[in-house]
This record gives sequence, C-alpha cells and structure tokens, in this order.
Amino acid sequence: MTANPPSDTIAVFGAGVMGRSITALALGRGVDVVLVDVSDTVLHAAETDIAQQLRHGRFMGAFPGSRAAGTLKTTLSREDAAAATAVVEAITEDSSLKARMLAEVSGLVAPGTPLITNTSGIPVAELATSVRRPAELAGVHFMNPAYLIEMVEVIRGPRTGEDTVAAVFSLLERLGKKAVVVRDAPGFVTSRLLHPMINEAARIVSEGTASVESVDRLMQGCLGHPTGPLRTADLIGLDNLADALRLLAERTGNTAFAPCDLLTEKVRRGDLGRKTGRGFYDYEGVLS
Amino acid sequence: MSAEQAITAEGIEREIAGFVAGRVNAEVPADQDLFASGLVSSMFAMELVVHLEQAFAVQILGDDLKRDNFRTVRAMTALVLRLRDAEQPADD
Repeated sequence: MTANPPSDTIAVFGAGVMGRSITALALGRGVDVVLVDVSDTVLHAAETDIAQQLRHGRFMGAFPGSRAAGTLKTTLSREDAAAATAVVEAITEDSSLKARMLAEVSGLVAPGTPLITNTSGIPVAELATSVRRPAELAGVHFMNPAYLIEMVEVIRGPRTGEDTVAAVFSLLERLGKKAVVVRDAPGFVTSRLLHPMINEAARIVSEGTASVESVDRLMQGCLGHPTGPLRTADLIGLDNLADALRLLAERTGNTAFAPCDLLTEKVRRGDLGRKTGRGFYDYEGVLS
Repeated sequence: MSAEQAITAEGIEREIAGFVAGRVNAEVPADQDLFASGLVSSMFAMELVVHLEQAFAVQILGDDLKRDNFRTVRAMTALVLRLRDAEQPADD
C-alpha cells in the first residue's frame, strides 16, 4: 500500500498524554485526525507536542517512509467528529465523564462507526450502558507512546458486535498495530498486572527496602522489564495511574489495589511524571 | 551563552558528553555506541535531538533525523558541526 485511502479520518477525544500519542500514531500512518478537547490551551500545547512526537516516531523508524503524514485538525467542537470513520475516546480516566462523552458522540456519528474507548481499566460493559448502540463500543488499550509500542490490548465487551470488532481490526491494521483480544473485566489484563506492580514498587521504595533506581534496575536486569515499573509509571502519568488503581480497587473489592501513600502524595504535589518534569525521576523539564 | 566557545569540535563534544553523562549517570566515551549499550532509551533519544537543537541553535530535519547520527557522542558532534557550517550566515 502506497497511497492513502480516501478520506480516512478518525476522531480522537481528549488531547492529554494518550490522545496526543494516538494522534501522532495515526498521522504518522497517513490517517487524518480530528482532535477534540474542551481546552484551547491544551489543544495548542498538543499541536506542538504531536509535531515533536511525529519526529520522534520517524527518528525511531516507526512510520512507513512511503506514506505522507495525515492532516491534523484540532477543535473544541464535538460536532466536527460527526464524519469520522472511527472515534477514539482518550479523556480523563473517570467513568461518568467517559460515559457522558460517549453518549453524546454516539448520537453524532453515523450508525456503524466504531466507538473505541482507550480506558486502561473501566469495563466496556459499564460504558456501553450509556451509548446509543452498545454493539458499536469496544476497548482498545494503547500503550504510551502509542506510535512506538507495537502491541495493543483489544477488549471485547459482552455487547460488542462482530462488525465492530472487524472495524477495530481494520483500523488497527491501518495503524500498524498487533492486537490481542481479551474479555471484559476491571483492568483487563495489562492494567490488572502492571498497575498493582507499580503500586507495590512504590510501597517498596517508601518502606526503604530499595531506591527507585534499584527497583527498576532489578526488574530490568533480572526480570527483563524494558524500563522498570517506576520509570513506566512516570511515562503513564501518576495522576492517571492513581485514578486507574482507585477504579481497580472499587471494582474488584481488593483494597490493596488502592493507590499507596507515596503515589497519592506525589499526585497531590503535582509531580505527575514526565509530563510535569518530575515523578519518581527528575526529567529536568526536557521534552515529555 | 556559551555558543561562542562551543563552536570548536572539542567544545561541542565536551558539551554533549556532559549532557549524556548527566542523564545516564555514567561517564561516556566519545565513541561508545549509546544505543547498543542500552544507555539511551527511545524516549531519551528524542531528548538528545531537542537538546542539540537548543544548545547549538541548529535544526535537525529530514534525513539527518536518523539514529546513526546519534549513535555516539562523536557522531552527534559531527552532525552539529556540519549543520552549523551549513547555516553559518555570510555576515559573521
């Protein structure tokens, strides 16, 4: 494939860490993006960041060279998403916010348009109750940075339709992603495993058993983790992580999943990871 | 601004080596392969690009934006020197 398919436009809702990263992925793969957010300031920052991420992706050889980049339109208006071939929801990890947003968008787009939530752990079935056509909702859990990590987790909710799964796979193929499909559950597979591990890693640090660096070096050197859990936490964003852990604790009834004191304290101080220049590590204000 | 004294190859090399060493917490020989040795992650790689652009007032575009140009401190130095030469204004 060398030419871009005609009018392949996806809508991405939420111009935060994941929305930007997913947008960069799509653009790099020649797919046009309408990026919707409620803040003009956030959208402006996102434009700069996405341009930088596109360079990063090219630098790492993540995009096919033969294909022209897609075009980006940023907007405050949800209606601009009406003609999209797929919708990706990447707003704050809050169940009621996501439900409200998905409900509105499902009333805007044409029937048959897949609605994809990028939640890291809210069950798809829970969000499906608020959309107009529950069969059209599926979960795709992209990892950050979405343009560099080849694998995604696809969540098939109990009401997700066959056509929707097929449309999601078609989109993921255009985005050059490999996928593993799992059933619906709080935290699915990756968050259910990774988030409690990060929480425990933070507990280990606050108990004084080992430093941040030592925990990561052990997980890298002994267990083959590519970056270590705490560096990964900084990449995810500690606010998002704390939200996701809270959701996991509520929905599984396992209180050990609730964010530990060190994590909560960092979020309270505004040390949210790479995006603010400091989390478990210090990033000296360089590119997040 | 230290741009004046950093224009020599030695000055550029020293600046880059200092930046990398500070971030990876280790001394880095100028010919060490930073990617093969695992010292530079994919995220830090892009920080290197941005740092070189800001510290030496160059733009790294198109075909120059490839990993081979960032593989060693020496390769980065050569890239910066080449870009600075190309951008040198006539009235200087």
